[in-house]
Amino acid sequence: MGPSNPADRSAALARPAETEETAVNRSAGPGPAATASADRAASGGLSTDAARPTGPAAVVPSATDHPPAPGPVAVSRRRRLLGLAASVAALALATAVSLAVGSAPLPPSTVWAALTAPDGSLDHLTVLDLRLPRTLLALLVGAALGLAGALIQALTRNPLADPGILGVNAGAGFAIVLGVALFGVTRIQQYLWLGFAGAVTAAVVVYVIAARGPGGVNPLRLTLVGVALSAVLSGASSTLALIDPRTFDRMRFWGAGSIADRPDGTIAAILPFILIGLALGLACARPLNALALGDDMARAQGARIVLTRTAGVVAVTLLCGAATAAAGPIGFIGLMIPHAVRWLTGPDQRWILPFSLVLAPVLLLVADVLGRLVVWPAELQVGVVTALIGAPVLILMVRRAKAATP
Amino acid sequence: MNGAFTVRIGRFSRRWSIRALAVGVLLTAAVLACTAASLMIGSRSLSLAEVLAALAPDAHGPNRLVVVEWRAPRALAAALFGACLGVSGAIFQSLTRNPLGSPDVIGLNTGAYTGVVFAITVGGTGYLAYAAGAIAGGLGAAALVYLLAFSGGMRGFRLIIVGIAVSAMLSSVNTWFSVKADLDEALRAAVWGAGSLNGIEWPPVAFAAAAAALLALALPVAGRRMRQLELGDETAAMHGVPVERSKILLVGLGVGFTAVVTAATGPVAFVALAAPQIARRLSGRPGSADLAGSALVGAVLLGGADLIAQHAIPGTPMPVGAVTVLLGGAYLVWLLLREQGRG
Repeated sequence: MGPSNPADRSAALARPAETEETAVNRSAGPGPAATASADRAASGGLSTDAARPTGPAAVVPSATDHPPAPGPVAVSRRRRLLGLAASVAALALATAVSLAVGSAPLPPSTVWAALTAPDGSLDHLTVLDLRLPRTLLALLVGAALGLAGALIQALTRNPLADPGILGVNAGAGFAIVLGVALFGVTRIQQYLWLGFAGAVTAAVVVYVIAARGPGGVNPLRLTLVGVALSAVLSGASSTLALIDPRTFDRMRFWGAGSIADRPDGTIAAILPFILIGLALGLACARPLNALALGDDMARAQGARIVLTRTAGVVAVTLLCGAATAAAGPIGFIGLMIPHAVRWLTGPDQRWILPFSLVLAPVLLLVADVLGRLVVWPAELQVGVVTALIGAPVLILMVRRAKAATP
Repeated sequence: MNGAFTVRIGRFSRRWSIRALAVGVLLTAAVLACTAASLMIGSRSLSLAEVLAALAPDAHGPNRLVVVEWRAPRALAAALFGACLGVSGAIFQSLTRNPLGSPDVIGLNTGAYTGVVFAITVGGTGYLAYAAGAIAGGLGAAALVYLLAFSGGMRGFRLIIVGIAVSAMLSSVNTWFSVKADLDEALRAAVWGAGSLNGIEWPPVAFAAAAAALLALALPVAGRRMRQLELGDETAAMHGVPVERSKILLVGLGVGFTAVVTAATGPVAFVALAAPQIARRLSGRPGSADLAGSALVGAVLLGGADLIAQHAIPGTPMPVGAVTVLLGGAYLVWLLLREQGRG
């Protein structure tokens, strides 16, 4: 039902991990391809991802193709702390702007008065009942997507993995399509729980299929199963939607992704899931660092691999499921923010996770505010704006990173 | 089955693997079977003899109309477009050295969708308007991604990131249209975007065939360059291959083959992805791209998927793109499960 084909996009995301498999396969027997990989690996520079060797062959795609970190490889602790402080300041600023800007032009003093001493006037209600919930939702959804993205990129060892790769978005969409098309669900409150149930079910199915093989879940299988299941679910969703124009009409709005005009109680409904997900996810930071060394090294260091992966996947599922259920599919943030953060922090998950957690809501808030301004007094859905402002930044970064290398 | 023999005619010589030949013959037979089935099955069921009689140059009557005017364009389109997508996928998987590579990496289909959305917005209807929009949008997006990703040589990883970024922006535009447009227009765009052979007629098929034939002229050269580039950029350069020019040629060819299909039917997912993979497993030569095999497998896949799309739900023809996504995804899951069983 979405204008771009989600299957194709996810397939693109799965790519680097898939290359690892080929690299492994090829290196099993001597051949031109294996030699080529080795040559390219040797000529590749030190990069953020090369800093986490995952076995002789698995390094190949990252070492050759991943852009090296600009500047010194080890970013000093002081700079990181300053960066984190700046990020938090940016978040505070974005929150303030989000409260102050909207289709009703209100002076900052009125906004402040509404927050501190509400008198029940229309202006104050605008701030308290419309802008405040929307801003809080943006903070929650942004933080959830940012952390989930960082986790899934670490878990799949794929710098371009998207939290949607576990089938969360496709599962939520499919459940809502089923509800609308077959059971005549019309109330948006029901979307929340349908979406959450669909998201969690899809992620569990992906995880169970991926875990069936020997040695438990491995990153590549997780990615591939997720891509495949997402493709099937979104194909089924769009077929159902195309057969029935009424369903299509509802799904096109849900599919755009928005944090405005959510039903009452949305925040309260998703808050517990997001808090548990955030706590679980942040707790994974240190074991994920060990996991980045490869399964054997991680085991030697005493990391509990299966436990870490399971906890990580559970966290991603809760975070993404809740965010998608509340706001619809908002793409790109979970992919771009952690990817960009690694340029700032280097490969240490103890920094990547908090940075992603803080910067993702900044992007979401800025996108939401811009969405209110560009077609004022109408609004653009935030899901439409995120990519429009995030993508040019990503392109600039990838070009600059390359220009820095010989 | 690992035997091989060599054919020499004058200066031309080529080593043929018996397995590759056998696979080729079987695949060709499968393509013919799909085409024949597509011509025979329908609300007016025909026997093979009746189909052949209707195809004869001096045939008349209702069967002639059904077979030649209604079913033949669709059957041929399925085979031809499947082959185009297979070749395109093989080229991109070789070029990006990545088994999941496809022309979508560089935003082709998303761009084509944006082009069609634009065509609908300015009031265009019908095949020509959509085809023009799709080609302009698709090629524009591909060129933009290539230019943005190019600085001091083209590298696979940067191409992928820029492709994702540009695709994300374009799909934002598409979503915006879908929300802003009235239901009828949004639905028309979505139906196009699902990729369908329903109701395709001779003119688009003939145009696509001509374009594909032109592109195919470059394939012998492209196939050689692909194998040389698979050795690595440095090695290929040492062998005297003009690396960057070859890459532009390959990107252009891959984009061209997909654009031919997308212009006529809308984006059809998964065939470009799956065909080279299947061809590789069938020919028993992992690692090496096989253009002819990929083309044949692509033709079988799209032909088979279109049979299902036409007849799975009687009275409700589905878009073939939906079938390829469902089948392709299910196939990928099955493949993963099977490989786990062995491993």
